[in-house]
Amino acid sequence: MDPVNDLAFLRGMTQSRTRRDAFRIAGFSAAALALAACGVQGKKAAPPKADAVKDFWAKQKQNNQVVFANWPEYMPEDKGPLEKFKAATGISYEYKEVINENAEFFGKADPVLRAGQPLGYDIVVMTNGVQLQHMIELGYAVPLDHAQLPNFNANAGQKYKERGYDPGNTYTVPYTSGITGIAYNTKYVKEDITSIQSLFDPKYKGRVGMMRDAQEIGNFGMYALGIDPEKSTQADWEKAGAKLKEQRDAGLVRKYYDQDYIDAVSKGDVYLTMAWSGDVFQRQLAGEPVKFVVPEEGGTIWTDNMLIPKGAANPVDALKLMDFLYQPEAAAELEEFIQYVTPVPKAGDILRAKVATLKGQEKKDLETLIGSPLIFPTEADYAKLRTYTKLTTAQEQVFNRIFQTVTQA
Amino acid sequence: MKGRLTPYVLAFPAWFWLAIFLVVPIAAMASVSTQTGNVIDGFVQTLSFSNYTDALGRYSNQLLRSLWYGGLATVVMIVIGYPVAYWIAFKGGNRKSMYLFLLLLPFFVSFVLRTISWGFLLADDGILLGTLKNWGLLPSGFHVLATTVAVVGGLTYNFLPFMILPIYVALERVDPRVVEAAQDLYASKTAAFRRVVLPLSLPGVFAGVLMTFVPATADPVNSQILGGTENTMIGNIIQTEYLVNNNYPTASALSFTLMAVLLVGIFIYARALGTENVLEAAATR
Amino acid sequence: MMTRSRFGDKLLHVYTWLIIVWLSSPIAVMILFGFNDKKSKSNTSWQGFTTKWYQQLFEIDGLTVALVNSLVIALVSTLVTVVIGTMLGLAVGRYRFRGKGLTNFLVFAAISTPELVMGASLLSLFVSSNVPRDSLTIIFAHVLFSLSFVTVTVRARVVTLDPSLEEAARDLGASPWGTFRQVTLPAIMPGVLAGAMLAFALSIDDYVVTSFVNGSTMTFPLWIVGSVKTGIPPQVNVMGTLIFGVGVLIAVGNAVASRRRRT
Repeated sequence: MDPVNDLAFLRGMTQSRTRRDAFRIAGFSAAALALAACGVQGKKAAPPKADAVKDFWAKQKQNNQVVFANWPEYMPEDKGPLEKFKAATGISYEYKEVINENAEFFGKADPVLRAGQPLGYDIVVMTNGVQLQHMIELGYAVPLDHAQLPNFNANAGQKYKERGYDPGNTYTVPYTSGITGIAYNTKYVKEDITSIQSLFDPKYKGRVGMMRDAQEIGNFGMYALGIDPEKSTQADWEKAGAKLKEQRDAGLVRKYYDQDYIDAVSKGDVYLTMAWSGDVFQRQLAGEPVKFVVPEEGGTIWTDNMLIPKGAANPVDALKLMDFLYQPEAAAELEEFIQYVTPVPKAGDILRAKVATLKGQEKKDLETLIGSPLIFPTEADYAKLRTYTKLTTAQEQVFNRIFQTVTQA
Repeated sequence: MKGRLTPYVLAFPAWFWLAIFLVVPIAAMASVSTQTGNVIDGFVQTLSFSNYTDALGRYSNQLLRSLWYGGLATVVMIVIGYPVAYWIAFKGGNRKSMYLFLLLLPFFVSFVLRTISWGFLLADDGILLGTLKNWGLLPSGFHVLATTVAVVGGLTYNFLPFMILPIYVALERVDPRVVEAAQDLYASKTAAFRRVVLPLSLPGVFAGVLMTFVPATADPVNSQILGGTENTMIGNIIQTEYLVNNNYPTASALSFTLMAVLLVGIFIYARALGTENVLEAAATR
Repeated sequence: MMTRSRFGDKLLHVYTWLIIVWLSSPIAVMILFGFNDKKSKSNTSWQGFTTKWYQQLFEIDGLTVALVNSLVIALVSTLVTVVIGTMLGLAVGRYRFRGKGLTNFLVFAAISTPELVMGASLLSLFVSSNVPRDSLTIIFAHVLFSLSFVTVTVRARVVTLDPSLEEAARDLGASPWGTFRQVTLPAIMPGVLAGAMLAFALSIDDYVVTSFVNGSTMTFPLWIVGSVKTGIPPQVNVMGTLIFGVGVLIAVGNAVASRRRRT
């Protein structure tokens, strides 16, 4: 990495820009036209040098405020963990539920960050996947200072420190994880589903749900063929694509779902479907006849991650908050509300201790939560889990096209 | 002198708005549609019209399907909506605006809630189909969701008020006494309707078609939520190319193609029904 | 002849109500699930009756703010759109002028531009000219996509009007503004009202365009879409119910008031 790039990298992160309030129509339209005519400049960033990162963090000061952008329903309504953070550190917070979807969030953040303007958030949460990859590759994520993350280093589960998409947690730390497996409706499916082949079983013709997302469905196509997606090649993707096309053309698949698969399976519109663990867990608590299984051939673990976007005004405060959420107490409180997989195994101990203090339905629900492999997977469960296929930008176009041909006919 | 300036004064605020917020984005879209590159390395203007031919080659199925669904839904909307507009305009009395308001009220509540509710109502073993199946009126494998019927039905449902309101607006102007006189004049009611009421309502129907056919054809929501494995429409493709693949040139090229096709469609319609003459004849000054 | 015609009217009356009921049927489900005593986060299966969500209506801060934002944005953008859209509708419906063809094209283009493309282009526009994204930019965008709908609806009315009425008013010495207020505006009022309702519906229910230009301002649809992932809280249903309920009250009140005036 050359020094010029290093300088640009630092400037991008440190320079504070004031928004001009004046609404200047002329410059306004002209600028956009110029932009349109010339195309969009590439901003590929090389990995930062260790001392550049060190210098950056040495210059930052705590500002006693932090803006946290997250998905809705990802924080208890009383903001308990954040209130405790405020009490412990004196840092006041602004919490914004502004992220609805990764692709859309990236689509919206990209022009802003590309123009070198701040997003206005100090922490954002994104799922590992293409868009997070783009954020990192384009230099939109500030490298983290691990010296300031003692709780993370002490309490994060091993699996959450070794993630292919961000080795060494250079840019991100996990917020919560989930598992993609198979959900089935026990009213209609009278056998125990254990294998991914059930999704390809002709007796469920027209009653199988698959996910529309290329990474999700791609992984399942590969599991069905015994391919490990983490080590897959283009030839593997093509085989998986062919397998999935066959499944579609045989009329097995009812529909390629987004988030609406869960209603479909709990009502019996589909009998079995690809599914996310937390959704199914919530339906079980509601008493609906759905069951979740990680197929023996493999399942996918995905993670929503916290990162500090370039140009963030309060990076030190952001880092402190990230680390605070890795205290087992805070993680337990979050986990009880979010009901996906927490990256902090010790949160389980806290919750187990809490069970003893509860009574009746509350006690029963919490016991279900702790006992569920969907929330605290065992080592054997983890051994079956793979992440999304890691792709370069060029590979991504190929990969997407293979699977979109299946899902978007 | 003053009179001659009037249309410009009237149009100016809207022109101003369209010039800033629409012309610039459309120009940008035109430019992007011939660029090449990717989101990481950036896009450069290469005037490559192959973006258009590639996109069309790959997605012509979805484009034709969208026109078919959009057109079908529009026809269904005219058939369902015209009688409603007719009755409100001529028989609504002083409750006309109440009826219109009630027609539109469901659309003040978020589409997500409407959609989830439809999913509940139309589930395979749900409150409607389940009951009919229990009575033996439907075979057990019957379903509405994830079919072409559901997609076209969803488009019809979601855009119907945009057909009814403009037809009403045009019909309401027709004096009921003229209709009565026509009924006396012509032998049959249908003849009176065809010769008098229908021509007067044509501008309303044209407005309705413009406001339903165009957005229904481009709609990405209904096919995604209500469709099955082979109901993908062009709106979904544009969305995927843009947001998921970050392939801005292809998404722009597809948008432009869609716009051009729709423009041609509307033009043919206006010519065929003579609506253009009606609209032009009214512009007297 | 007369009886058959009355019968036909009755039939159409019933038919109109059927259409209203059909359009409102999902709303009934929404209202029902606002009373659901759900145990988990998902609110999709019936688990008993409760009114507690009405008592806890404003307990989700973000949701309340989002709803208020949506209502304010819808009202303001409807007002602006109705004014400039009606003016444009009059211009293209009544006059011949230079640039009319281009104007008609732009009106068409605003309807046919895919929402996503419109949202993304507006965002680049705002970013490149350093305009901060907030409720104001949302209003700009909403006016843009509702404008054509108002224009087209008003035009459909204007072309059915007889211009000689206005000429007569002017011949009688009315000022242009007086003519407009006393002759033209009442004559096009149904079109203006219909356009206003469409603009309001378009604004309050918009997701795609808003999601690009909102900055960190949340609206009701944005909030709901975001919460789909983890379960839409019943308060959302209750708020939908209140919007619908207030609407019905306005409609009924309007009808009653006009009956009073008549008698």
